Order: sequence, then structure tokens, then C-alpha cells
Amino acid sequence: MDIEKRILEKDKRAAARLITLIENKDPEALEILKRLYSKSGNAYIVGITGPPGAGKSTLTDKLVKALRKQGKTVAIIAVDPTSPFTGGAILGDRVRMNDLNLDPGVFIRSMGARGHLGGISEATSAAVKVLDIYGSDYILVETVGVGQSEIDIVKNCDTTLMVMVPGLGDDIQAIKAGVMEIGDVFAVNKSDRDGAKRTAREIDMMLDFNKNAEWRAPVKMVIAVENQGIEELLEAIHEHKAYMVTSGKFEKRRTENAKSEVVGLVKERVEKAILDKSNKEELLDFYSEKIAKRLVDPYSVVEEILGKMDVLLK
Amino acid sequence: MDRPIRVLVAKPGLDGHDRGAKVIARALRDAGMEVIYTGLRQTPEQIVNAAIQEDVDCIALSILSGAHNTLLPRVAALIKAEDAEDILIIGGGVIPGEDIPGLKESGIAEVFTPGTPTQVTIDYIRANIKRA
Repeated sequence: MDIEKRILEKDKRAAARLITLIENKDPEALEILKRLYSKSGNAYIVGITGPPGAGKSTLTDKLVKALRKQGKTVAIIAVDPTSPFTGGAILGDRVRMNDLNLDPGVFIRSMGARGHLGGISEATSAAVKVLDIYGSDYILVETVGVGQSEIDIVKNCDTTLMVMVPGLGDDIQAIKAGVMEIGDVFAVNKSDRDGAKRTAREIDMMLDFNKNAEWRAPVKMVIAVENQGIEELLEAIHEHKAYMVTSGKFEKRRTENAKSEVVGLVKERVEKAILDKSNKEELLDFYSEKIAKRLVDPYSVVEEILGKMDVLLK
Repeated sequence: MDRPIRVLVAKPGLDGHDRGAKVIARALRDAGMEVIYTGLRQTPEQIVNAAIQEDVDCIALSILSGAHNTLLPRVAALIKAEDAEDILIIGGGVIPGEDIPGLKESGIAEVFTPGTPTQVTIDYIRANIKRA
């Protein structure tokens, strides 16, 4: 399959196959991405995150329908957890998006987190580029259900939508550091339930605490299953997009994201180099035994390994 | 195995019984596969479109409604039309023995009837997927 040619012709099989190759760390995939990278950058990327069961998939489904009404093409990347024991996964986000399945303007891809702990998988950011090159106007990245500190999504999107639900805890939860700080737009889903107004008020109070913020994240009440409040929520996302572009923050954030991507990729390569080569030369085993016996300290070993980096990376 | 095998588990047609599909999905997960679970009441078109976007190695169809002679060959025909015959298609459910040869003729690689140990299905998928 000539993936490179076919993806530019908006061939969905080519896009799907390229994502698979990336996930499986096929070296050919990176070569294709190198050649096509300049054609990416046109899609607007929205990260959708929140605790498990908050309704992220259902809300994504409804947001996509609203975007389709506005004539936009949309790709969805839905990440679900991978078993740490078997490497297997049940990727079930499509269950909530069945109506979108036959819409030619929608592309849905499920990904297993495959051991990555930040709420998305290692391959997610490259998959976003594939779907960007493929020609989607919007790319919605739905994270695994997050707890309190999985914030990788913020470094991979232009707008972060935080989906909350009533009844998850008191206001002290809302002022903790971590995921609650990364929302550009908040949705309180299942807002027909008891305590929804209180949840919204607590988020509002948390947000008002930061008086110097140039962008005050809006908090929208929605009931995703009933399609209530979706237009208003989409409007809030569009407002954030407009703010990002006019304030110059859009380019700034993309530059910061590029920086963190490069750092991440370098880390990955260095780690691979040390683990691959040193295992071959039994470097790591050799040192580990000595370190355990207190014949040498780990800090000196690190310096020694880094000194050999030029050899290891070859 | 370098990469996880990706399997789409789908229920074509109108019966609402998904216990079997869920048991298979869970068994494949525990065997280290990535299972894309699409839920109930899927049309053949939805199933094939999802399989292409998810770039799966295998489509596992669970059907208990009796409409297998219509729906399963339809999935196989659509896969052929998409030029995606490198995807293995298997079926399972309450399917009479006399219908199985016809289904195989239509492009369903294997049919697993009630009582089949999940390990048999797992081994079959591992041995028969068409991509390296």
C-alpha cells in the first residue's frame, strides 16, 4: 500500500494503517511522517478529559454531531486503558458513537494506552498528526478516565475540555493541584442530578480564585445523553479558540507543545539506546550488580553511561 | 509477539443478547489482544467501516438472532468490496451445523458454536490472522 500517496487522497485505510504502524513503532512510519509533517497543522485539536464514567464518550459523540452541523469534518482519537498484566485492552468508546460510524466526514480511532500513564498513549500525538494530514478540520482526543494528575493531554491540544460530574467530592477536591488546573472549558455533565449546581459553583469558585487569569474558563451545564447544553458548550470551545488566536496564545502554546514533544521523543530515544545497547553489552547488568554491592554508586554510573551516549545512540 | 492483535467484536443485527460477545471480548483482552468493542445492533456497513478505521486484524461477529445467513455473508462481501481481505472474519453464536459450510463459502473463516472454550477461539485467531 502506498500510504503516503493514498493518505493525501483522503484514503481512510491509509490513515488507519499509518496509525497502526506508529503504534507498533515501525520505523517506516516515522519516515512517512517526516515527509508529510509540513502538511499538518491545519486541524484544531480539542482534548477531552475527566474522570471515568463522567460521560466523555457520549459528550464527544454529541459535540461531533454539533460540529458536523456546522459543516466541519472531525476525527476522534479515543484512548482507553491497557492491562498492565497482559497488554490487552477493551476499547469501548465506539459504543457511544455508533451513529457517527457511517458519516464520511467522521473518522474514529480507538487506542490502548499501552503502558503510558499520562492519560493518552505514546503514539497519540503522532496519530493526531496523521489525522491532521488526512484532512480533518477538528480532532477530538478523548483521554482515558483520569484521576488527579494525568495531564499529558494539555501538551497535545489547543483547547482542553474538562468534563466533570456531580458527586465526586467536596470543594477541597476542586482546589487541589493537577487535572483541575488544565481545563480551558469546563462541562458539568449529568447536570440533572443532585448536586450539579454545587459542583458548578465549586468549579467557579476555584476559577475565580485566580484573578490574574487572562482567560476565565467558562463552566457549562450539560446533559450529554439528552443533547442538552451541547450547542452552548461548543460555542464556549469556539470562544476559547478565538481567544487563543487573537491573543497570540495559539502559536505560543503550539510552540510549547512542540518543545515538550521533542523533549519527550529525546527521552524515549535515550532510554531505548541505553536499554538496547547496554543489554547487548550487558552494561546495565554489570553496573547494577556493582551498585547493589556498594562497589560503585549509581550517580557515577549515570555519568559514565552519559559519557558513552555518542556510541550508544549510533 | 511484538504488537497486540487488534480484534473488532461486533453484534450484527437485532438480537439484544451481548453476554457471549462480552465474554469473548474479555477472553481476548486477557489473551493480550486489543479488543474494539462496538456494542449491539450493528449493521454490516457500520461493522466494516469501524473495522477499516480501527485497522483490525480480525472481525469477530456474535449473532444469536438466526439472521446469520444474511448478515455474515454481507459483512464478508463489504470487506471484499473495500479490498480489505487481509482482515480475518470469524463468527460465533447459535448457528446450526448445516449453515456453516455456506458461511465459510461466503468468506467467514471459521464459526464457533456454543460450548467452544474461549481458548480455542484465541488460538484460532493467533494462528490465522493474515498480517505479520
